[in-house]
Amino acid sequence: MAGYRGSILRINLTTRQIKQENLDLALAKKFIGGRGLATNLLTQEVGPSVDPYSPQNKILFATGPLTGSRAPASGRHMVVTKSPLSGTVASSNSGGFWGTELKRAGFDLIIVQGKSEKPCYILIKDSTIEIRDAEKYWGKLISETTDLLIEETGDPKSRVLTIGPAGEKLSLLACVMNDKYRAAGRSGVGAVMGSKNLKAIVVRGTGKLEPAKPQAAEAVLKRVRNKIRQNDVTAKGLPTYGTAVLVNIINESGVYPTCNFQRSYFETADKVSGEALAEKYLVKNVACYGCPIACGRHSKIDGVEGEGPEYETLWAYSADCGVDDLAAVIKANNWCNEYGLDTISSGATIACAMELYEKGLIKPEEIDGPPLKFGSSEAIVEWTRKMGAAEGFGAKLARGSYRLAEEYGVPELSMSVKKLELPAYDPRGIQGHGLAYATSNRGGCHVRGYMISPEILGLPEKLDPLSLEGKAVWVKAFQDLTAVIDSLGLCLFTSFALGADDYKDMFNAIVGEDWTTETLLEAGERIWNLERMFNLEAGIKPEEDRLPPRLLEEPIQDGPSKGHVHRLAELLPQYYNERGWSDKGIPTDSKLAGLGIS
Amino acid sequence: MVVEVRLFATLREGRFNKKIMSLPDSSSLGDLLKDLKIPEKGLGVLLANGRSVSPEYTLAPHDVVSIFPSLGGG
Repeated sequence: MAGYRGSILRINLTTRQIKQENLDLALAKKFIGGRGLATNLLTQEVGPSVDPYSPQNKILFATGPLTGSRAPASGRHMVVTKSPLSGTVASSNSGGFWGTELKRAGFDLIIVQGKSEKPCYILIKDSTIEIRDAEKYWGKLISETTDLLIEETGDPKSRVLTIGPAGEKLSLLACVMNDKYRAAGRSGVGAVMGSKNLKAIVVRGTGKLEPAKPQAAEAVLKRVRNKIRQNDVTAKGLPTYGTAVLVNIINESGVYPTCNFQRSYFETADKVSGEALAEKYLVKNVACYGCPIACGRHSKIDGVEGEGPEYETLWAYSADCGVDDLAAVIKANNWCNEYGLDTISSGATIACAMELYEKGLIKPEEIDGPPLKFGSSEAIVEWTRKMGAAEGFGAKLARGSYRLAEEYGVPELSMSVKKLELPAYDPRGIQGHGLAYATSNRGGCHVRGYMISPEILGLPEKLDPLSLEGKAVWVKAFQDLTAVIDSLGLCLFTSFALGADDYKDMFNAIVGEDWTTETLLEAGERIWNLERMFNLEAGIKPEEDRLPPRLLEEPIQDGPSKGHVHRLAELLPQYYNERGWSDKGIPTDSKLAGLGIS
Repeated sequence: MVVEVRLFATLREGRFNKKIMSLPDSSSLGDLLKDLKIPEKGLGVLLANGRSVSPEYTLAPHDVVSIFPSLGGG
């Protein structure tokens, strides 16, 4: 059984029962693994109507068939559950080494259900599994928890996945961290762990992962590695500057959201760019398991040392909050890493609070910290800390921008889709990307269909970002391919250099199949429709395939994209048609039957 | 005519970040690239006033030109 380990680890924290079950291989392949398989299991075992914080909700930690293999950038795993932030299916992706270690321990995925009476953690040493007491770690920050758990378990090669205080306190912006600095960031997955009193999962595995067809694998892996080594993006841009290399190009294109999307060009962006980070604060590059790209940044300032900030983080805390102080952004990023907060949603929520404050909706006497003024370095650092600690007004911010703005009677000022904060691209100047935001199955997210590639970067070909022509076709294709890559257990960044045929060849050689590219992409479409059905049954209506009114009604005021709004009403019908859904956005019975989803 | 030239990422090495340059009228972006000894291979996005253009683009007075190597991220 190559590719898959054939084993599911099921842990009930209420009964303390630990079970190892056989993986249904046919089912696994139907949904590939990782994101797809875990979503199927969540749908079948729990159902979309579950209360995210109830013991009945389950949280799945899932690898893909290529996780931990010799395929490049194959250190990915997914955290899948029902999101307490958005009410949608949550599937947050992370890199590092933890997923590979789980695979080496002999498991494809872990299903955690129930609720522990007291804080606990799970220790996995190959097939020896324990539920251990974690009361002494409750309240501790990510790096200290990680170090102490490695010390307690006595094996420096152990890999630690943990929540910070934000997850313990059920912040809707809480992420699940692993290997100290890698985050399954979005949708509040850390709060679901917190609701189960589960602090961490420590894994040590010693098994070997061999491909089904060694000779074919060697040939295809040599080919794809060469492509990654020869591609300008994966061989030069990302290793030299990290993801933050995008700051200037997005800003120069006039689609860099500034001050909670009130503007789309940040005059001093270059001070807070990948170039500035590399020049001033970069200590070294960091790579996840098996990754030849090494886009991770290890940065250091005033005794604060850690990984990041990534592009999205830089944007959320700089342009979106109007701050051009790179040192402050690094410090805010560090608090996110330590408390276990999603950097995108945290920065964007502070930006929303700044607009509410400057509009006089949040009163100075209400807040117990620095004035929430755009441009304030002190505000972004201190309010991030207070969010992480759920301290004073910070506890209100820790519920995200939608609930904050709604409380003040202006939910339209939350720049979110399905309550998940939008990332670092203004869709008014990038029409296809806006469609991807509106239709993403987890809400305001850029990595479910990264239309920045063709619309801004010209990869694999240049599309006019303002045109609507063909965009529905592109968005569907990108969404389906991304579902494949996530489910295989590979990093999305490989797609800058690789195409669908490359993924098909890697899958076939490692798993021992003989699939066509069409079969693989159909599995991606199946996963997309499965997620859509989960959301519909969870009560997320197609009317929520929308963008904040500001992006539909208020033209960009300045910069290169001046005068544009997003034309979602024209694009959505094209998209539903392209998906083979009804004109109301509901997958038809024949579409679902064709994909084998009942 | 004068144009504002902005260079980014690796293209800054040995050159500059931002500069006002005088060029003969009707110069193309390709001419400017030759002046700056920037090979077209490995080039990424080329913008004139924030809109994507090709090396054949004829520069206009006071254009703001942004030149990037091939890059990605997100």
